[in-house]
Amino acid sequence: MASPLDPHAAVVTEAGGLPPEAPARDAQAARAAGLTTADGKPLKRALARASRRSRRRAFLLVLPLLAFIVITFVIPIGQMLHRSVHNDGFSANMPQIGAWFAQTEPGTAPDEAAFAALAEDLRLAAEERTIGIVGTRINYEMSGTRSLFTSTGRKVRNGLEPPYREALLALDKGWGDPALWTAMRTSSTAYTDSFYLASLDRTRDDQGRITQVNENHRVYIMLFMRTLWLSALVTFTTFLLGFPVAHLLATLPLRRSNLLMILVLLPFWTSLLVRTTSWMVLLQQQGVVNDMLIWLGIISADGRLKMMYNQTGTIIAMTHILLPFMILPLYSVMRTINPAYVRAARSLGATSWTAFRRIYFPQTLPGLGAGALLVFILAVGYYITPALVGGASGQLISNMIAEHMTRTLNWSMAAALAAILLAGVLILYWVYDRLVGIDNLKLG
Amino acid sequence: MKKTLILTSALCSMGLTVQAQEVNLLSWGGAYGRSHAEAYAKPFTAETGIPVNIADADNPATPIKAMVEAGNVTADVASVEYADAVRLCDEGLLETLDAEALTAADDGTAAADDYIEGGVTDCFVATDVYSMVQVYDDSKFADAKPTGPADFFDLEKFPGKRTMRKGAKFNLEFALMADGVPASEVYDTLATPEGVDRAFDKLDSIKGDVVWWEAGAQPPQLLADGEVTMAYAFNGRIFDAAMKDNKPFKIVWDGQIYEMEGWVIPRGAPHMEEAIKFIAFSTAPKNQARAAEFISYGPPRKSAAAIVGNIEGSDQPMGPHLPTTEANMTNALGSDLDFWVDHDSELNERFNAWLAG
Repeated sequence: MASPLDPHAAVVTEAGGLPPEAPARDAQAARAAGLTTADGKPLKRALARASRRSRRRAFLLVLPLLAFIVITFVIPIGQMLHRSVHNDGFSANMPQIGAWFAQTEPGTAPDEAAFAALAEDLRLAAEERTIGIVGTRINYEMSGTRSLFTSTGRKVRNGLEPPYREALLALDKGWGDPALWTAMRTSSTAYTDSFYLASLDRTRDDQGRITQVNENHRVYIMLFMRTLWLSALVTFTTFLLGFPVAHLLATLPLRRSNLLMILVLLPFWTSLLVRTTSWMVLLQQQGVVNDMLIWLGIISADGRLKMMYNQTGTIIAMTHILLPFMILPLYSVMRTINPAYVRAARSLGATSWTAFRRIYFPQTLPGLGAGALLVFILAVGYYITPALVGGASGQLISNMIAEHMTRTLNWSMAAALAAILLAGVLILYWVYDRLVGIDNLKLG
Repeated sequence: MKKTLILTSALCSMGLTVQAQEVNLLSWGGAYGRSHAEAYAKPFTAETGIPVNIADADNPATPIKAMVEAGNVTADVASVEYADAVRLCDEGLLETLDAEALTAADDGTAAADDYIEGGVTDCFVATDVYSMVQVYDDSKFADAKPTGPADFFDLEKFPGKRTMRKGAKFNLEFALMADGVPASEVYDTLATPEGVDRAFDKLDSIKGDVVWWEAGAQPPQLLADGEVTMAYAFNGRIFDAAMKDNKPFKIVWDGQIYEMEGWVIPRGAPHMEEAIKFIAFSTAPKNQARAAEFISYGPPRKSAAAIVGNIEGSDQPMGPHLPTTEANMTNALGSDLDFWVDHDSELNERFNAWLAG
């Protein structure tokens, strides 16, 4: 505390100008305290209490929804994100070799101590039947190693005699492979970036540097690009096809537009699988469309078009299935556009194209933005339709996620791929917000 | 006093319902699931009075992993492929099974000795042997008929599209056999990088004419639509379509790849005792043979294979249609599961990259 004799204290007090203002504020407070409610309580406190009570009531009303969102949405997504970086299959079951890795630098050649730790860990894991988990985890990093763990595990269940290095190498030469030790080091922490690296066609080499995987195995980046490109294309085609339809719906007399609306909604209410299989009936080489074209003489009998089991099939079927998601927001916005604006533009000398371009179209943007965002985000996550009509070249990244979820049971990999997809969608959402503004979004 | 009585008896009966005897079976649906219901579940309930509740999954191995990891196991017995059983067992997601509990053969042979090799492991008891076979549409080839894997890859002699399962497994082995590798050397060849290249080169030769299937129901559909002339598909589904819908589908057994599937018990299953009872009952030779009358998957027990009767609802014997029948086993390849458990991810990645490229 500064004493009164301290020159600095005086400067501070003067510069801050605190003392002169303080009495004024006190007076203000006193005046406010003077206002009371009928039963004599200070007005301010009564108001605060009333608003607090109504806030609490409002919160209680939305509490079920909040709990629902947290339980069904936030927690699962959080768990998924966690799983994409967390896999303790190796670290939790091989503690001693993990400790050795923690003490040594990456690239250190394994010494006798390392082999001793490994042998002890293997023995314990084999006893507790966790050796399969350990082997599976390493197999993600380095293919073909899973049986090395399980078979060695069976043999060392009763323990090994030192020297451990020779003993393990005698069981299988594979234990001396530097790549295996790199894989074990990578897996020796529960948290790892290797699933994200693998999702981007990257891996770590013997020295721990990030490198591209062998050309024969690069697939994910290409699939991400294809997913984005196909989704953008589908969004564009739904716009091309949906815009005139939405315009018709909005301008036709009510009775006829209702009929048209049913034509839009009926397929919308039909099961996704039914619509996809109907496209299979139509598009296949022995299918309705090809037969019709041959009957009309447009193509010859041996020149049947390939419209399915390739990208063309995916684009056609997805465009059809996602079309209502473009038409409905556009329609809801177009209906509210006052036709007087276009008429005014025409009366002031604009051609119909100019009137459309400068007056009508900008007013449809909120609907178009909503439709495009809906269609794009749905398209990015599609997997049933590409799986059925996509063939080899029409597969999307979601098909790979499904494969890792259901077939290879590598959930960490599926989570990493899904997280990257999620991040991509969020970035696009952000870009959209910057360019168009999310406030302009209008769904109905 | 009366109140207390009512209350305690109510509590007791609640306790009883929790403890009730039942078996929750996780199966595959379709013709295969029907064979489980008709040949195993119904007779089991009739004999023991224990109800069997059947639920279907695309692949029961997936829900098992989810159930055990979440600590909420509702299935007592599940039907899974051998490879999945090995994997789940090694990861500690299954209960171990005691081969002693299984029903012995009628002549007194212990169950474990009655099975074909690998039919009973720590966590797994085989129920049937299915196989991937080459199929052709008889009406499309008037003169020469395909006789082996090489013909599948011969687009000039046998024109038309083919359909194959989307994935590396089965296709790489089949491609090598078509390239002249005998069944006994297929996996040794595939273990080398040159062998893998050779298989992919062979697949490359028909890549443009292959429709890839994912669900077992697709190949018969594609054949029936005339979209493809040949398929490499599960024998049971093809048989089902050929039988029921009278389709001219012919199976070429040369180059078949067979594999087992069977029962496992998820770790922490709520009705262990009944589950073991059910497994012992359903894998008894009589019942295993009965299941083969519903779908053309062969019994893995030698004593069961001998007593398979007629195709359900007809007077034709099922025997000649089973993959395990002696005549069908020439140049047949037993799927090497250790190989696939090890190389599954690597070869599938390569396959996916090859497919997409």
